[in-house]
Amino acid sequence: MSVIVDLPPTRPATERPGFLRRLFADYGQELVVLAAIIVLFAVVMLVNPRFISANNLTTIFAGNAYIAVAAIGMAMVIITGHIDVSVGALIGVLATISGTLAVAGYPVWIAWLAPVLVGMAVNACIGALVAYARIPSIVVTLGALSIMRGGLISFTGGTWITDLPPAFLIAQKSVFGLPVPLVFMVVLTVLAALWMRYSAFGRSLYAIGGNAEAALATGIPVERRTVAVFVIHGAFAGLATILFATQLQVIQSTVPPNLELTVITAAVIGGVSILGGSGTVIGSTLATILFATIGSALIFVNVSAYWLRAVIGLLILATVLADMLRRRGRL
Amino acid sequence: MNWKSLLRHETFLALLLVVVLIVLSFQSDRFFTVSNLLNQGRLMTEIGLIAIAMTFVIATGGIDLSVGSILGLTAILTGVFWQNVGLPLPVAAVAAIAVGTFAGFVNGLIITRFTVPPLIATLATLALYRGLAEGISQARSVRGYPDWFYVLGQGEVLGVPTQLWILAAAAIIASIILAYTRWGRTVYAIGSNEVASRFSGLSVEKTKLALYTASGFAAALAGVIFVSRVSTTRSDMGTGIELDAITAVVLGGTSIFGGRGTIAGTMIGLCLIQALKNGLSLAGVKGDGTIMLIGAVLILAILASNLFERSGTR
Repeated sequence: MSVIVDLPPTRPATERPGFLRRLFADYGQELVVLAAIIVLFAVVMLVNPRFISANNLTTIFAGNAYIAVAAIGMAMVIITGHIDVSVGALIGVLATISGTLAVAGYPVWIAWLAPVLVGMAVNACIGALVAYARIPSIVVTLGALSIMRGGLISFTGGTWITDLPPAFLIAQKSVFGLPVPLVFMVVLTVLAALWMRYSAFGRSLYAIGGNAEAALATGIPVERRTVAVFVIHGAFAGLATILFATQLQVIQSTVPPNLELTVITAAVIGGVSILGGSGTVIGSTLATILFATIGSALIFVNVSAYWLRAVIGLLILATVLADMLRRRGRL
Repeated sequence: MNWKSLLRHETFLALLLVVVLIVLSFQSDRFFTVSNLLNQGRLMTEIGLIAIAMTFVIATGGIDLSVGSILGLTAILTGVFWQNVGLPLPVAAVAAIAVGTFAGFVNGLIITRFTVPPLIATLATLALYRGLAEGISQARSVRGYPDWFYVLGQGEVLGVPTQLWILAAAAIIASIILAYTRWGRTVYAIGSNEVASRFSGLSVEKTKLALYTASGFAAALAGVIFVSRVSTTRSDMGTGIELDAITAVVLGGTSIFGGRGTIAGTMIGLCLIQALKNGLSLAGVKGDGTIMLIGAVLILAILASNLFERSGTR
């Protein structure tokens, strides 16, 4: 990918920018998304107060948590300067594995652990092809997408997995009165955000995404880190699968349509630059919530469901254009 | 660019195609018949038209993910303009193609005027255009077109499927433009180094705008051919076709980073994919199994060509 050098605005060394200015400089896009969510909630609430009923809030936050979890890993991959278009297919495959194990009578912890481990193994192969065979990530994952989508359907015939044991359905449970998917989403987002911001590993991902050659010159093992970030992304895909596979009483053993685009879009709208080197996982989670809110809001203001995608597309476009104008204003 | 390495990738691919054709003709005696091969040509036209335009786009270092949605939108509009608005069918088809071309133009505007990376811009319009198709159609399909309309998608001219002539003409014109015109050299220059191209006085913005518009036009034309071939319109037409087209282009040796690629490579890649799909289905492998194999072929072909080159060029 091409290299973008994002020069900080020049200012006198003695002047330390105020807290708000620093916040906006570091989290500009995240704040835009957050503001959009708040405005949307306020408007729809006025039109239809039932929008903020506990039931609907659970649907919005818990029902889409798996997308947010998958988007965390995707954000890391994109920050490193790569892309993964196969994550939707991977989640479909992992959900089938997990469900099949649960129905076959294995202990539920195995059914939960298996997707995480398999996800890591699959993405280790993808990462190795990207890092060592030097095939562009979009090509590798495009191929992986076909292999997994085709393989899954020809293997299972797209049947439904039913009779899942109740103990397996973790996404339908609560801890301390909060739905489990919500807890997963918040805890994983916070941990990943802190890790990306303060750990040497996290910082090295930004360095690789910003300029891989310079990162190599400073002693960062670029190839190993590339494999590692894909493996971590696989683990997040596995965690997302646990939430996705257990939210209903059945699992359809096919690839959820367009899931990879939803996940990539969430990461990108949340402020992760597709050129690599910038963005945060907080943004991707906020963007997931924004999409979920839009989807739910349309139902509450009585817009035909057939227009849903058009509205979402328009809002994505508006967010992207606003971000571009904001960046232009800053430079 | 070192044309020798280009030649090597395409030669390798052409050899692979020959091997696949031979193996498949041994697998099934129905494969290597004129009628079957012509029919396969019919089936690959829509992807082919899109892949030709996509070759230019990817050669500049860009990408267009919205082509499948533009195809769907054009298909829906053809039906709606004709049946609901009451336009004569030729006018309706041309109007729908005009809208599809405009959709490509909008992509180009977003990418050049607002400097949005192509992947994001077309990801957003992928959702937008498909959403418009769904919203306009309200899940209703339009059928019952007059017989003459099916000539485009189901008929023959001089014993060859009509749309195959269109594909052949498009491929020849496109390869001449890309290989022999100043404009084609500009495409490679932008893909190799956009900043340097701009400083060299090349009209980078205008070229890119034209390319995304052309990509929209190709997808729109493919949409009308699609409708004529399957005799109906549905809003989910063309879903995922962008991945098929990109696979053909990348398999054909066009660098995803830009600066490299030929129409001939894309066409060989396209034929290879279609031959595999058809040959395997004749050999009794289900459609989903072939998708799997195409993915593997994509990775292995790029891996093999990387190993062959061994030159340090990315």
